[in-house]
Amino acid sequence: MPLPTPFHTRTSAVCESYEWRNWSGYLSAGIYEMSHDREYYAIRNSAALIDVSPLYKYEITGPDAARLVDRVITRDVTRQKIGQIYYTPWCDSDGKVIDDGTVSRLDTNHFRITSADPNWRWFKDVGYGLNADVVNVSDDLAALSLQGPRSRAILQEVVSGIDFANLKYFHLAHGQVEGFPITVTRTGYTGDLGYELWVRPEYAERLWDRLIEHGTGHDILPAGIIPMDIARVEAGLIMIAVDYISSQHAVIESQKSSPYEIGLGWAVSPRKGDFIGRRALAKERERGSLWGFVGVQYDWATLERLFAEEDLPPHVAGRASRSAVPVYEAGNSSHHIGQITTHTFSPVLKQYIGIGTLLNPHTQIGNRVDVEVTVEFKRKRCPATIVPTPFFDPPRKKA
Amino acid sequence: MNNQYDAIVIGGGHNGLVAAAYLARAGKKTLVLEKRYLVGGASVTEEIFPGFKFTVFSYVVSLFRPEIIRELNLPAHGLTILPLESTLTPTLDGRDYLYRDGDHYQTLRNIARFSQRDADAYDEYARYMYFMAKAVRYIMGIIPPDPTTFNPKDMMGLVDMARHFLNLDQDQLYVLAKLMTMSAADFVEQWFESEPLKATLSASGIIGTFLGPRSPGTAYVLLHHYMGEIDGAYRAWGFHKGGTGGLAQTLARAAEAQGAEIRCNAGVSKVLVKNGRAYGVVLENGDEIHAPLVLSSLDPKQTFLNLVEPNQLPDDLVGAVRRFQTLGSSGKVNLALDRLPELACRPGPGRHLAGAISMSPNLDIIEQAYDDAKYGNFSRRPYMDVIIPSMIDPDMAPPGKHVMSCFVQYAPYKLADGEWTDEKREAFGDAVVNVLETAFPDIKDIILHRQVLTPVDIERTTGITQGNIFHGELNLSQLFFLRPAAGYAKYRTPIKGYYQCGSGTHPGGGIMGAPGRLGALEALKGGH
Repeated sequence: MPLPTPFHTRTSAVCESYEWRNWSGYLSAGIYEMSHDREYYAIRNSAALIDVSPLYKYEITGPDAARLVDRVITRDVTRQKIGQIYYTPWCDSDGKVIDDGTVSRLDTNHFRITSADPNWRWFKDVGYGLNADVVNVSDDLAALSLQGPRSRAILQEVVSGIDFANLKYFHLAHGQVEGFPITVTRTGYTGDLGYELWVRPEYAERLWDRLIEHGTGHDILPAGIIPMDIARVEAGLIMIAVDYISSQHAVIESQKSSPYEIGLGWAVSPRKGDFIGRRALAKERERGSLWGFVGVQYDWATLERLFAEEDLPPHVAGRASRSAVPVYEAGNSSHHIGQITTHTFSPVLKQYIGIGTLLNPHTQIGNRVDVEVTVEFKRKRCPATIVPTPFFDPPRKKA
Repeated sequence: MNNQYDAIVIGGGHNGLVAAAYLARAGKKTLVLEKRYLVGGASVTEEIFPGFKFTVFSYVVSLFRPEIIRELNLPAHGLTILPLESTLTPTLDGRDYLYRDGDHYQTLRNIARFSQRDADAYDEYARYMYFMAKAVRYIMGIIPPDPTTFNPKDMMGLVDMARHFLNLDQDQLYVLAKLMTMSAADFVEQWFESEPLKATLSASGIIGTFLGPRSPGTAYVLLHHYMGEIDGAYRAWGFHKGGTGGLAQTLARAAEAQGAEIRCNAGVSKVLVKNGRAYGVVLENGDEIHAPLVLSSLDPKQTFLNLVEPNQLPDDLVGAVRRFQTLGSSGKVNLALDRLPELACRPGPGRHLAGAISMSPNLDIIEQAYDDAKYGNFSRRPYMDVIIPSMIDPDMAPPGKHVMSCFVQYAPYKLADGEWTDEKREAFGDAVVNVLETAFPDIKDIILHRQVLTPVDIERTTGITQGNIFHGELNLSQLFFLRPAAGYAKYRTPIKGYYQCGSGTHPGGGIMGAPGRLGALEALKGGH
């Protein structure tokens, strides 16, 4: 039975759709209203309030905390400033990705890591022999994501003690709301201007209430994880168990991925000190990766034609689909070259887009491929072009 | 200033901007000339009262053609159409309401409170309208073939069209025939019996027309408003971020990205014609600008009777355009509000205030509103389509404050007792606020500023003849190969190099962009 999050009294009061999802054992609203449109546009047009409490959270402290984190993740912790946040994968010793998440450097030897899966044992094992503590603080922190162009204006009214004009992208600050402490990170899963807010569970409801109260004038809306899923694809952000499989869950070797194969090569620092997976990743760099991450844009005119063949309008707007579809070499349906793992109509771009993994060298930007689409139960192929991600990248995200 | 171009577009409204973008995209050095200080025409957003942005004339989008969105890559230039999915109709006394939104079963339950029969018929009606929208969607993208000529191109066009309509089954063809001829009220009464639903659905049939819901021909206008399509969903309505002026800005950026130049404060007084061929324009300040292609996005009367000398045109065209029905019937009231108004029938904030509020409690009220107009008076109890843009887009008003947009019918261009005066305009504004008060009892206490626009004001500001929001009635007699005049419906004019690209051409008004696109594509074909 999924458990309520610290915001449940508030989320359940407004979840008209009763469309709850089980997110890591917690009740998480899929959508609040009966259709996702307004919640999606809250992310892009005003402000969306998303309960992300089910994330796993760990704190690493002690004299060797930095050394431990540096051993776990692929990015270089020696270059991470206090108050800076890394988005990073971490790997097993074969260089295959276990999970991805954010690492906040709260102090020289004090880190907070978020992840999608339980990682306490992994962090403990990696830290064997190091003088550092790993504490699972998942239940000690309630988390809200406030995303959208009005998120900053709302926080400026609600949170004191933080200079939001100078809180940079992927940095954090500590402040107060009505005297209780809050940590604000400028992070999110939408590719928009946005923040994530971390408080002790006993303050959760007060935080929610203040945000709704001050956010109303900014057209704030609670948003579920279904609209967020569309936004994260537009942002080109991957999801574990959908766009890649954790090497700890994979049942066959080919299900595993290296960071280079899921678009996280930029987050590997080859010249940093030793870390788990380093040698395997060095080898992979030498011989090249088998797979690569891609964003594709479907050819709209063809998509329209494929629907017209069945006398239908191109009815594609809806939720993001997490059902992977096969991709073929352009014009050669016998040559399967990979899969699109999440695809969605992008309401802001008015295009049908997807992310996935293809065999190299089919991953080149501008390359044309054929993606399977199903219209009236019939399998058809739609041409698509490999395009750079993020698909949608507004200047306000980092401004 | 360079005064030689390949193409000049007169008027920087949405159709003019679309036309310019297509001309520039085809490599033409294109200039848009707009008489006002900003582009948009009737699609403008202005800060009439400090901090409050009014989407002054037009206010919602639905009909805008998806092919234009993609061909001009409008999302890259800021296109953002926000969902507007609900309609709330307060009853006459304001104490009850009919509410329809994306919650399908709840909507059916809401309808059933007024009539179980109507609730059961609702899906069937929607299905028929889907077929109709799908059928006429084809017409939106084509240059209308003329059935009276034996020109092979027209014949082919007619055959194509016939083939298209023969795809409909018999039932659907009957419904289409009815839509083309019936009144909106009679049409919806085939399915429904409850007043708020009948009145609200029929109201789509009178928008912008000088007709009542029981006037034959209004069913077509209803269909015209169903042809809208957002993301493949027919009849979806939306609000462009920043109001319809936001859409105009998007179109201006798209046109400029293609290389078009836009000049504001540059009204055109005449099109220069020599030997039956247009070669440029004269601005109101006397400047001459030359180009072998001149497109007018203005209404037909401006295009044919003002911008050129009628003696340069054949008599049949001059006569037809003079008779083209353009009498404006719609007014607009924009309000700046100190706080969110409260509905008597459903107090408190909520998403029902982020949709349309239709002041259409029953058919008689709307028909009586038309009766007033028929005899030259503004409606004492007008029909209104109301939205609160600041509930959809926070940029429209300061936090906690709101703007309200009221589309109002009827406000006839010509009054029986003489010209519109400031007193009459304010009396009209009072009538509007009085109707609002039946639903929002607190409305009078929270109005910070009121902007009242009659068709005369619409004409004065935008230049549209008689303030007709569609540039001319959407009667069957003024549609398709008859828009704006028989024999002149293909964007061309008898003057070589002079083209039409405004809402007075096929497929007509509403923020559709199709006339701009089709007019530009026709001009690019040249050949005369």
